[in-house]
Amino acid sequence: MSPVEPWQRSARSLAAEVRAGRLTAQASAESGFEAPAARWERDVHAILSTDRSARARAVAEAPMQAVLSGVPVLLKDNLCTVDHPTTCGSRILGEWRSPYDATVVARLRQAGAVVVGKGNMDEFAMGSSTEFSAFGPTRNPYDLARVPGGSSGGPAAAVAYGLVPLALGSDTGGSVRQPAAFCGVLGLKPTYGRLSRYGLVAFGSSLDQVGIFARHVGDVADAYRVLAHRDPFDASMREGQAPDVSTWDAGVRDLRFGWPANLWREGVDEAIVAALERAAGWLEHAGAKRVPFEFLPGTFAVATYYLLATAEASSNLARFDGVRYGLRARSDELTTLYTHTRGEGFGPEVRRRILLGTYALSAGYHDEYYLKAQRARTRIVREYAAAFARCDVMLLPATPTLAFKLGEKTENPLAMYLSDVFTIGANLAGIPGLSVPMGLAAGGLPAAVQLLGPADSELRLLQAARALEAEGRSDRVPRGYEREFAWPGK
Amino acid sequence: MAWEVVIGLECHVQLKTRSKMFCGCPNTFGALPNTNVCPVCLGLPGALPRTNRVAIAHALLLGSVLGCRVREESVFARKHYFYPDMPKNYQISQYDRPLCEGGELSIDRDGVRTGIALTRIHCEEDAGKSFHPERHGDRRLSRVDFNRAGVPLLELVTEPVLRSPAECAAFLTALRRLVRWLGISGGDMEKGQLRCDANVSLRPAGSTPLGTKTELKNLNTIKGVERGVAAEIARQAGILDAGGRVTQATLLFDADRDRLALMRTKEQAHDYRYMPDPDLPVLRVSEAMRAEARRATPELPWAREARFRDALQLPAYDAAVLTESRELSDYLEACAPEGQHKLASNWLMTEVLRWIRERGASIEEWSARVSAERFREFLARVATRELPGPIAKQVFAWLPEEDGDVAALLERHGVRVASGEATLRPLVRAVMAEHAAVVAQVLAGEERPFGFLVGQVMKKSGGQAVPQEVQRLLREELAERART
Repeated sequence: MSPVEPWQRSARSLAAEVRAGRLTAQASAESGFEAPAARWERDVHAILSTDRSARARAVAEAPMQAVLSGVPVLLKDNLCTVDHPTTCGSRILGEWRSPYDATVVARLRQAGAVVVGKGNMDEFAMGSSTEFSAFGPTRNPYDLARVPGGSSGGPAAAVAYGLVPLALGSDTGGSVRQPAAFCGVLGLKPTYGRLSRYGLVAFGSSLDQVGIFARHVGDVADAYRVLAHRDPFDASMREGQAPDVSTWDAGVRDLRFGWPANLWREGVDEAIVAALERAAGWLEHAGAKRVPFEFLPGTFAVATYYLLATAEASSNLARFDGVRYGLRARSDELTTLYTHTRGEGFGPEVRRRILLGTYALSAGYHDEYYLKAQRARTRIVREYAAAFARCDVMLLPATPTLAFKLGEKTENPLAMYLSDVFTIGANLAGIPGLSVPMGLAAGGLPAAVQLLGPADSELRLLQAARALEAEGRSDRVPRGYEREFAWPGK
Repeated sequence: MAWEVVIGLECHVQLKTRSKMFCGCPNTFGALPNTNVCPVCLGLPGALPRTNRVAIAHALLLGSVLGCRVREESVFARKHYFYPDMPKNYQISQYDRPLCEGGELSIDRDGVRTGIALTRIHCEEDAGKSFHPERHGDRRLSRVDFNRAGVPLLELVTEPVLRSPAECAAFLTALRRLVRWLGISGGDMEKGQLRCDANVSLRPAGSTPLGTKTELKNLNTIKGVERGVAAEIARQAGILDAGGRVTQATLLFDADRDRLALMRTKEQAHDYRYMPDPDLPVLRVSEAMRAEARRATPELPWAREARFRDALQLPAYDAAVLTESRELSDYLEACAPEGQHKLASNWLMTEVLRWIRERGASIEEWSARVSAERFREFLARVATRELPGPIAKQVFAWLPEEDGDVAALLERHGVRVASGEATLRPLVRAVMAEHAAVVAQVLAGEERPFGFLVGQVMKKSGGQAVPQEVQRLLREELAERART
């Protein structure tokens, strides 16, 4: 039996009800703002801005016979919207209002989705816990003492507690897949260049990709179909058509999934090892074949990533200077206008990364750091390509640990950076990755696995995730949560 | 000691395109401040650049004409520095892989055409424009107009091979003529469409290593380049003559006061932290794009100038003036009757250019009113003397104001033209018969009565005859009489 309350349902079923006239778009779009938000939002703090009249206008303008008609969507606050502020979780943007919608936002609206607000995030997407939001942290709905992951913690938590069935984040080094794993929802980072970046406030342009959160594999597929189209406003998009994912439910017979025989056992929580083993068993049960492989890019991928991402960030964030928009510090002289505005406007993690990136690009260090990292990246791309000659997808941890406690890593940036070891490879290689929830571990925290595939393998990833979803139905929803959390259900 | 001057120029050419370099905003001069702007050229969060293909085609055309090596794959790079008129606080430019390298542009050196070697040509975006500072009560305000931000620019860099201020001026003049000729830029320095920085150094005559250079900015006119460079040469020579050393620095030329001011020293030089722009794919130049550049290459101004001189037998001065503009030289070729290029040149150089100058108009406006075909018919009649001088001038004045060919204009204004020997010789003979005494005086050597005879012929022609022609015929007839 499918859940009764609209907020517990999938985006597909909400849209079907709206199209059939059995549910108003208004009721669909507002569903999460009643019971779930009343119960959770004050503690979790997933939302940075929402506005009832903006929601009502969005409902009124949404087409009623489209793929996502009436489906409420929360957007990470680094996606530009005309009807809500866009803060990037930072003070430096002040009261800035975008005069345009990001291309992915426009596509969602054309497909009938209703943007209900903006989700919390680490400032400028720099962080793995959403503790670096200038507007206070988001908490994990499974354990309020723990982080929801980051940087897209707000959208992940909102999907987890039932505010919305669908949300968009951005993933530069795992910022969709890691919070999805911590919050027990699906999180897709598509192939680089498949979703437009126009209107996504840039962090590391060559790594950034808009990602999708949902509780159901079919919802991820529907959102991908709506969003993955070429955009003349983004010159970095990939040539050709995005893969057709309409057969996401076709099964995994003869799929070869790579099983990391080496590295992940070191420093990976037992609960996650257990989730991986369970996932491998379910995939085999569904007809897929296990192929052992050596997971390669270890800590040197982390070094490569943090050089390139910070270098690009130092450049991308140069525009926040108080001259044209956002916060402006009082000053009667240009240099101090810049230094005070940026000193007051940016938080500690953003300042740290701008400094690191500026250093990596500076005369005398450019070749040693930035250029060397570029070459290392080329090698990582090749290594992933070689690994995918032997398997169709890789089964990997999304994170080495379950959700950690607030404050646990904020004082040790390096530990925080190292926890990205399983996710950043996909960003460096430009390939798609999908976090798949595997139910709750013994302590009641979600455990997840990650699927990686070669470029344009989104269909394979969704088929594998669907196999896990179907196999795991009875096992992965612990009693006591199923009424509050809509997953899995249909 | 004798110093040898070494100068390299860095020229910026604003490209004539409909839209800006990386967005769809109109590329026009003189719009209200901050009206030709969008999220991209304002550097708003989330906006991304996309490359203007026409600007690239313009760059390829110039590169092809100047004999540059064109890279199959060139890369846009971000050049970082903070300034309020720079929306992103980086400029999208090119760095280690520019579109064009090598090539040369020729100037006249001691009467010999000499190629000035180029280092590179690359594409980039212009910055906005700052207006400093205005007083508002006790506050000072600077304003920025972002209409210019994102306008496509070519940067063209020469090797350090220019030797004098005059050569700098000649190089810029040649460059301006070329970019206008190719139709890729207005080339108007007053409007900032062509700008120039100069790197100047001195070394002992005959020595090879380059001396310490300084960079001169703000050389906004060809005169300014000449005077700025001359001032800097004098300054450096003064330092060196006194046994001092030149410090590497960037200087600003103040054209109003003819003075150089220190902008920054080497220690204050920017670290631009170049990196490839991850928002833009590698710029690939296909064989089709190269072929298009070759196809679009017209006869060049100096080749046409030489042809006008050598094949059309025009004076050097005429050839130079007429080939200053491609449209003007095209018009000359189209309007000159067979073998009458000199005549056509005379009319263009004097009357047509005067008409244009007086109205602040252009050759395009002239040719819109007087097509080359119509002007050709007019010139043909002038050539055969069917239109005597004063009447020709009258007809010329009507041409841009009214429709119709020459006959129609004469008809409309009721002008009859008496000219040609067949008409005039009988009149000359009649006057000589009527005034035999005067003829005798003239034959006896008096000059003054000759004018009387001319007047009488003019009178008989009803004022329509051409005096020069009358005089010629009268002299012929008198000479004939003297012999008999």
